[in-house]
Formats: sequence, structure tokens, C-alpha cells
Amino acid sequence: MTPRRAFRLLGTLLLLAFIFCLVPPDGTGTGSGAALAQQSADAQTAATGIAAPKLTAEDYPTIAGVNARVVVWLAAQLHLWFAAFVLAVPIFVFIIEAIGMWSRDRRYDDMAYEFIKISIAAYSLTAVLGGLLVFSLIVFYPHLTQYLGAIFKETMFYYALLFFVESAALYLYYYGWHWLQGGFRKWVHLTIGLLLNAAGTTLMFLANGWLTFMMSPAGIDPSGAFTGDVWTALHNHLWNPINIHRMVANVAYGGSIVGAYAAFKFLSASGAKEKAHYDWMGYTANFIAICALLPLPFAGYYLAAEIYAYSQQMGITLMGGIFAWLFIIQAVLIGTLFLSANYYLWCGMARSEGAARYYPYIKYIAVVLIGAFLVWFTPHTLVLTNEELKALGGPYHKYLGPLGIMPAKNTAVNVMILFTALSFLLYRRANRVVTVPWEKAGNAVQVALFSAGIVNIFFLGIYHGYFTNTVYKVASSIPQVITTLVVIAVSILIDAMMYRGAKEVAPLRWGRVPDRAQYALFLLAVAFTWLMGLMGYIRSGIRQHWHVVGVFRDNSPDAFTPTLGYAANVVSVGTMIFMAMVIFVFWLSQISGVKREPDGYWKEQRA
Amino acid sequence: MMAARRFKIPRLAQAVLTVALIYAAFRVVFDIILGQPIPASLMTMYMFFVVSGVFMVFTFTEESTQELVAPIRALVEDPSKKLVRNIVFLIVPLAAAGLTYMKMLPDFAAPLELRTIHPAPPSSAELYGKRFDLLNLTNPFRKFEKADPEKFQQLVAEGGAVYMANCQYCHGDKLDGKGPYAAALNPTPLNFQDVGTIAQLQESFLFWRIATGGPGLPKEAAPWISSMPVWQQFLSEDEIWKVILFLYDYTGHRPRSWEHE
Repeated sequence: MTPRRAFRLLGTLLLLAFIFCLVPPDGTGTGSGAALAQQSADAQTAATGIAAPKLTAEDYPTIAGVNARVVVWLAAQLHLWFAAFVLAVPIFVFIIEAIGMWSRDRRYDDMAYEFIKISIAAYSLTAVLGGLLVFSLIVFYPHLTQYLGAIFKETMFYYALLFFVESAALYLYYYGWHWLQGGFRKWVHLTIGLLLNAAGTTLMFLANGWLTFMMSPAGIDPSGAFTGDVWTALHNHLWNPINIHRMVANVAYGGSIVGAYAAFKFLSASGAKEKAHYDWMGYTANFIAICALLPLPFAGYYLAAEIYAYSQQMGITLMGGIFAWLFIIQAVLIGTLFLSANYYLWCGMARSEGAARYYPYIKYIAVVLIGAFLVWFTPHTLVLTNEELKALGGPYHKYLGPLGIMPAKNTAVNVMILFTALSFLLYRRANRVVTVPWEKAGNAVQVALFSAGIVNIFFLGIYHGYFTNTVYKVASSIPQVITTLVVIAVSILIDAMMYRGAKEVAPLRWGRVPDRAQYALFLLAVAFTWLMGLMGYIRSGIRQHWHVVGVFRDNSPDAFTPTLGYAANVVSVGTMIFMAMVIFVFWLSQISGVKREPDGYWKEQRA
Repeated sequence: MMAARRFKIPRLAQAVLTVALIYAAFRVVFDIILGQPIPASLMTMYMFFVVSGVFMVFTFTEESTQELVAPIRALVEDPSKKLVRNIVFLIVPLAAAGLTYMKMLPDFAAPLELRTIHPAPPSSAELYGKRFDLLNLTNPFRKFEKADPEKFQQLVAEGGAVYMANCQYCHGDKLDGKGPYAAALNPTPLNFQDVGTIAQLQESFLFWRIATGGPGLPKEAAPWISSMPVWQQFLSEDEIWKVILFLYDYTGHRPRSWEHE
């Protein structure tokens, strides 16, 4: 068999395995006795439904005084952090590899390989933590696990199978990297990358179905029993909003963790060449993180709006009730992400002497960013002393209060995104001068575009946000987003055309960037991790005393909403554990390249 | 002839002055001009990020960073600055100790409270002896807004009369939370004119809150402090719905809904 045939066969087998995993479990057409018996049992279940058990505190096992909620909480969160990372890295590794193939620039291929190398160790940790989560659920919440297992049994089985597909694809993708080089082999390698991403994304969608069912159960009859099929359960109200949000967030998160890895390597590098390589890697990772970060607030807003639409109770708990204060911390962390990303870009201008022309503009960008950021985290309900309450004449601030609601936040975040894009545009221009004759016109169009965009964002935010009813208030966020995206896309397009054939005024020196920029990359990764932990807690916490909202009551001793401080502490401890594990992964990749020859340790072998 | 040297404010002083000026601007604008001071908790957050922003602008280039830290470095390392160094090294710990002492002094002011302004409603509630599904509950009179505007105005007027007879003592005759009893209450009654109150809520939420009052607030977010009476003991179901019509009509807000009009 020729190698080409072998690859085709392998590709076909992998594809068949993947398709097999996606085939619905109906068993239609199977005439075996066992299948018919199963169908009969299924029909029985469908008739009576799967009733949620009514539990008492005694139904929740206790083991040696271990706090079940905290164990499951931390195991789930750590698993999710690693899972987000290992799902995201192959997405942009695939893209970088494709760019390398298209441009025939080997540096992209080397960088893509290094990215995937980091995710290999993280992949094992994801699986280990997934195992810990499953065992914790079985041990501490057996009835809930059994209930979810009864509803999602098919998807859980396919989940396990897909895990094999994903593992096989990942190992083939990583270990076959240098083997599958050049021509047709490279295409096969890229296809394996695609398969890896398809399997990983499907895995995430399945798991998202389980957790969103707990928030917005579907297929429940008036008596509270589940009578739907697995698709109904999976395709519940919040499934797609979570799918979109997690997909985008994972890419941004993966970019930030890889950026932290590049920063780690940059700071520990000794040679100029090594520094240049990791500087470029850090820049690329940050670029990926920013690209995914830009649409992320909209995906989050869509999710929150859908939660509100599904249940007023959950919506108010989320954004106006007990968790509203955590949203202020969330706002602070999101702002920190934007500030870190911008600071990294500004510091990166040091790579070229040509950037000095743009330094005077940075302070104005900073003023707008900080101004928008202050609006972004201004709370609606203030923490007031009695004296302040008297001075204000009530619990609301007459002028800052209106900044506490979503229209002001949406306006602020759109402005922050636009000015982050502006930082990026200035960075791109740093080492080049335009040669096209229409430079002035091009710049004027860009200025006009940004100005018109900002005016439109303000108009939509102020008019629809404060002078129309809620449905328009929520809906106006969509044209705001579109305005932002159009301004960014068109101005980048104009810029690309203007700078085609541009003259280089000074070379771009990779590696010539201050260490402070690397700490900005660390801050980006830590802020992302903490943010995900806090928001994950909120998403789960809005179920309050329900395992499955309105259907399956949580009667465990932990069925209460902990204080915000306690929750923040648990998430912070989780963040520290995760960051320690990530540093361990970085260190592993560091030592894997070290080769020592100890003197006199090994016996001399005769030739 | 020597060129006249232009006076340049040192970089560190520029940074400190920028922060000080922004702080002063906040104080002047909000405390003096607008008469609505920024609470200390929020001002701390604002200034933290203002300082961060100033730091970012002053340190994104190597030259600027070196210029910024040069006086600090000189203070620590330069032998000729021994006297200044000793003074600073004495003042800083003393200031920290003084600040800590002031913070630790016993205070008679009531502790700060994180107040949740919109308690989450249950999905259903027992009101007037029957169970209401709050997720799908709508105002039975809202339909007349389009179907019979004259009747709708009549209902609004009836709601206004009920409001004036029962609610304005606390929430004010202008619905601004400044009724005659308001000053005696802490927290003060809600200001319905504010865009962050009834404009954010569905009518079913208002119905539940009015009907059950302070004692009906959910236990998940206890302890609550609210002196709102349990209005289902004093008003009929229809009267509450009419009051809700009046609240929105008078303030010009629209209830939260998911349908275009």
C-alpha cells in the first residue's frame, strides 16, 4: 500500500468514526430482539417520564467532613479552565498552520507546533480533572448524577466515544507533525487538525447541553417529569447562547494562556534569537486573544438577555439581585483585560523607531479607554455610608445612577473596543510610511468612519437606552455591535489598501520590548482565569436552591447561596491552583527540551 | 549665547499632578457644581484605575519609564540624597501607621451594607389565596392601552387615586421617592422616576412586590430591610394592577417586555 493510500484509508476511517458518533441513537431499522426490547423500554419511559427525585439532606453522602459543594465546584472549575485551553489551542493552531501553508512561511508552522506542544500536557490534566469531577459527582451527588444520566445517557456514551476520537486526532496531529510535512501530507495533517477541532467542539456542545438543561430544562411535563427525547433536553433555551459564548471565550482564553507561556519563555530566554521568537509568539497569542475578546462582550450580553428572556427570576438574580455585585467585579476584570491588551500593544511599539510618530496619540486613547472603563464598572446601586445617603438624598446617584444600567455599559464597551482597534491600527503603522497618493483621503475616511461610528453608538445607547421601552433598549445593542464591527472591518480594510507596498521607515525588531509588556500578558491570563471562575459561579449560582431549575430541588445542606466574599475566595483559590498547574505545564515544556550528559554516570559501551 | 532652557516639570511630578488634578476635578464637578458627591467606595475604584491609566501612559516607552523612576531610584541609591532619603523613610511608615490607626479607631457609624435593589421574584407566588405564575403573569388592564384608550386613561386615573391615598406618603406625589415620610426611612423609598427602577422590570414583578411588601421578600437574599406594607391585605388585586398602570403612565417609562410595540 502506498503512503497516499494509507493516509486516505486512515482519513476515511477517522471520518467514519466521527460520523458514527453523530448518528442518532434511535436504532431505527434494527430488528434484533434486544433493540426491540430497548425500544419498548424507551416507550415505557416516555409514557411515564423520568421523575425528579425528592431528596432530603440524608440523601447526600458525607465523607470525612469534606465539603461536597466546594470539591465539586473546584473540580468542575479546574476541569473547565483546562478544557477551555485545550479546546481553544487547536482552533488557532489549525488557523496558524493554514496561514503557514498559504504563505509558505515556516515560522508559522514552528509556532503552531510549539502551541500544540503546550496543550499536550494540559490535555492529560484536563482528562484527569474531568475524571475527578465525574467521581466527585457520583460520590457526593449520586441522585443528581443518576437523574442526568437517565436523561442524557446517549450523549454521555457518545461523549466518551468522541473523547477517543479527539485523543487519537490530537496525538496524530502532534506526533505526526514532522512526519506529515510537505505537499499532500501537509493537507492530511491539516485535515487531522480539522477533525480534532470538530471532535473537541462537539464534546463541548454536548457538555454544554447537560449544564444548560440544569438551568433551562426542556421536555418537562406539568407534573415535573421529563418526557422529551435527548434532543429536546439538549436543545434547551440556553444551549446555543452558551455554545456561542464559550466558543468565542475559549479562543480568547487560549490566546491569553499561550501569551502567558510566551511571556514566561521570553523572560527566561537568554539569547536575542530566543527572545525574538518568544516576543513574536507572545504578540501572535495576544493578537488572537484580542480578536476573540472584541466580540466576547456581545456574546455575553446575548447569553444574559436569553437568561432574562427565559426567566425573569434568574435574570434579576443575575444582574439586579444578589449576583449584581459580582458583575461589578466582572466589569473591573473585563476592563483590566482591555487595558492589559492595549498596554501590551503600546509597549510593543518600541520594536520600531518609526512608532515614535504615534506616541503623542496614546495618551488620548488612554483617556477614552479609562473614561469608558469608569462608566463600564459604575454600579447602579451604590455602597453608601449614612452620611453619603443623606448627601445624595437617596440610594441612587442622580448623575452616576443612569450609568449603572446596561445601555451605558454597552456604549462604554463599544467605545473601548473601537479604541482598542485604534491602538492596533497605530501599532500596524509603526514601522511603515504610506506610498499611495490617496493617503490623506484614506486617513480622512478613517477618521470620519470612527467619528460617525462613535456618534451612532452614543445615539443608540442614549436614545434607545433611556427613552424607549426595554425591548428596544435590549435590541439597540445589536446595531451598536454592528456599528463597531463595521467600523473596525472597514478601517482595517482601508488601512491594508493604504499600506500595500508601504515603505519601511525602520525595521521591526522582535525581542526589543520591555519586560513590563510580558507582565501585561501575565495579567491578561490571570484576569481571564479569575473572570471565568467568577462568571462560571454566577451562571451556576443563579439556579439557587435547584439542581435543575423548577424541577429537581437541591435539598443538600449546601443548598444556599454563599456570601459573595466566600464565593470570591473559593474562585480565587481555584485561580491560584490553576495558575500553579499552568506554570507546572510551562515548566514541563521547558525541561522537555533540556538534555544533560552527566559525567561518568553511564558505563562506557564498547563500539 | 546660551539657549534659554525651557522649564520642564519632572515626569514623576507630572504623573502625580495628573492624578491630583483628576481627583480635584471629580470633587469640584460632583461635590460643588452638581451637589451629588461620589461615594467613597466608588471614588476609590475610580482613582485606582485613574492611577493605573496614568501609569500606563507614563511607562509605555522605555525613556519615559526611566525618567519616571529616576527620582525614586536617586532617592534610594544616590549618596548625596541621604537627608531626603531619611526623611522620606521616616514619613512613609509614619503615614502608614497613622492611616492604620485612623482606620482602626472605633466608629459609631452604621456599617456599610451591600443592598440588592431588585430582589429576585419566585417563579410563582401565593397571593390573594391563589397561586400566580409570575413568569407568565401580565397586567389584565394593559390591553386597553390600545384597544380602548379612553377606558385605559380612566383606569390610570383610578390607579392614581389609589396611589395618592396609599403610596405617596413614602414614594412621593411626584413618584420620586421623596414623600413626607421618606426622610424617616433607611433605605429610602424607591424613586420610580429613575431609569433603573420600574423601567427595568416586568409588571408581574411590581405586582408581586406590592402585594407581598417587605415581609414577602425572598429568604434567599435575607436579611431584608424594607418597611413596605403587605398591600394585598389592604388593596384589591385590580387596585394593584391599576396602580401599576399609573406608575408607568406618570413616569413615562415602559414596563420590561419581550414584544415590539
